[in-house]
Amino acid sequence: MATEAKKPIRWHVAVFLAPALLVYTAVMIIPLFGTLQLSLFSAEGQGRVFAGLDNFRTLFFDPRWSASFWNALWNNTWFFIIHMLVQNPIGIVLAALLSSPKLRFSAFYRTAIFIPTILSFVIVGFAWKLILSPLWGVAPNLLDLVGLKSLFTPWLGKEQYALTTLGLISVWQFIGIPMMLIYAALLSIPDEVIEAAECDGVTGMAQFWKIKLPLILPAIGIISILTFVGNFNAFDLIYSAQGALAGPNFSTDILGTFLYRTFFGFQLQIGDPYMGSTIASMMFFIILAGVCLYLFTVQTRLRRYQF
Amino acid sequence: MSTATSSLPRTIAAHAVLLAYTAIALFPVVIIVVNSFKSRNAIFRSPLAPPTTETFDLIGYTTVLNQGDFFLYFQNSFIVTVMSLFFVLLFGAMAAFALSEYRFRGNSLMGLYLALGIMIPIRLGTVAILQLMVASGLVNTLTALILVYTAQGLPLAVFILSEFMKQVSDDLKNAGRIDGLSEYRIFFRLVLPLVRPAMATVAVFTMIPIWNDLWFPLILAPSEATKTITLGAQLFIGQYVTNWNAVLAALSLAILPVLILYLIFSRQLIRGITSGAVK
Repeated sequence: MATEAKKPIRWHVAVFLAPALLVYTAVMIIPLFGTLQLSLFSAEGQGRVFAGLDNFRTLFFDPRWSASFWNALWNNTWFFIIHMLVQNPIGIVLAALLSSPKLRFSAFYRTAIFIPTILSFVIVGFAWKLILSPLWGVAPNLLDLVGLKSLFTPWLGKEQYALTTLGLISVWQFIGIPMMLIYAALLSIPDEVIEAAECDGVTGMAQFWKIKLPLILPAIGIISILTFVGNFNAFDLIYSAQGALAGPNFSTDILGTFLYRTFFGFQLQIGDPYMGSTIASMMFFIILAGVCLYLFTVQTRLRRYQF
Repeated sequence: MSTATSSLPRTIAAHAVLLAYTAIALFPVVIIVVNSFKSRNAIFRSPLAPPTTETFDLIGYTTVLNQGDFFLYFQNSFIVTVMSLFFVLLFGAMAAFALSEYRFRGNSLMGLYLALGIMIPIRLGTVAILQLMVASGLVNTLTALILVYTAQGLPLAVFILSEFMKQVSDDLKNAGRIDGLSEYRIFFRLVLPLVRPAMATVAVFTMIPIWNDLWFPLILAPSEATKTITLGAQLFIGQYVTNWNAVLAALSLAILPVLILYLIFSRQLIRGITSGAVK
């Protein structure tokens, strides 16, 4: 624009932007690309050589690597499915109950249910490990109270249950986030809309399904994609509860723990930054694909209502 | 307004469900804290009972406080969290102000660039971040953690704060300009105080993941002098896993600070979420 060119350079704009851009670019963007780049190299004596896509080929097809990779990827997918099937529906129910008008003590419930979300994975992992441990009688005793003691087994110690148990623990921890976001979305529905529905005789469950649910779909969409990113980047809970080897027998191994072991090495293997970068790059592509899929298919089809 | 939806049986049912879930949410926390005050025998014999005068015992706490450097770890976590929070809020607010206040070429592109980090986790760049920190001699310093967490917190901070800054009235800022205030003064004196509620929301969202993070302390600063409380508790628990008193006490000590912080900020957090974070 001609008029703009005559104006003096507005240094303050640069000053305001510079610190954030510098830190963000130097510590986040450049390392992200650095990691992508490293995945194209492999170790050669002291130095490194360009290996093209060899690392990816190794990861997918070399029997020593591919079994672990596909196992971690499948486990990660199952971890995500548990969250979608359990966390979001329960979150919606809790938010719907909390947002019902004239409900007393709602601030208390909200705070109490959100507390697990603020705890660190280390606390959560160990607390549940202790509670579910067959050594300490809490879980069996509790099941005994309701007459279900026969159901108890060391859930975290058996291959067929461990991952699902950890998924449910993670759901327990993070339920606060969908609950809060959906609660906020429900509160932002104007009273007139609800009143209009009531005038038309749409009340109770029908009102929820026909009026409120369509209005909170965008919030549910955002929660789903946040869950996706969070799950495919998870590490801490598994590491705290099951260690870096993601026992028993790698049945709880997800991409995060696989990346950690590969990069740093652990007991049986030595660390390999190049294969580590390759796994991190695969996680990057998976998350990117998920986010793009969401942005281009789900987000554009969601109807947004303006009030 | 909605007499039809809040009849008595419905209300009771709602309370029953919410109470049941509250019990599920709090049970593990309560059981850990309660048992941390009991003697070893009582922990095993009656794990569900509250401590009595006979079973009350602080042995776990004395073990933890004598053995582990919990105060040092706590101090490290505190420094890292507060410093990162300060930089995220300052740099984030400055960038958000530039993006929402001025029209310049590449404005929206810049916004998009900064928003990328909301979706792509910084953890995926770990391999190269470690190399960067090794090259600049920052491994095993708190500075490394502060830098990483600042970068991690900035995208969301810029995103939320610029939404709020768009709502600050232009008349106010223009009045300031007519009075001869510089752009910097307008930002620090006029705009920053007005977006304080949004800053509190961003602070809570930024603080919790930093305080609880295990990945970066484990990788960038695992030395004794720079351990954070999360990493310290993790290692301590691993080491003393058979000393149940100590483990339960360590867990309780690690729960306490976040709990206090959350109770202080929770009202602000809820107000922040309901007034715009989802829109």
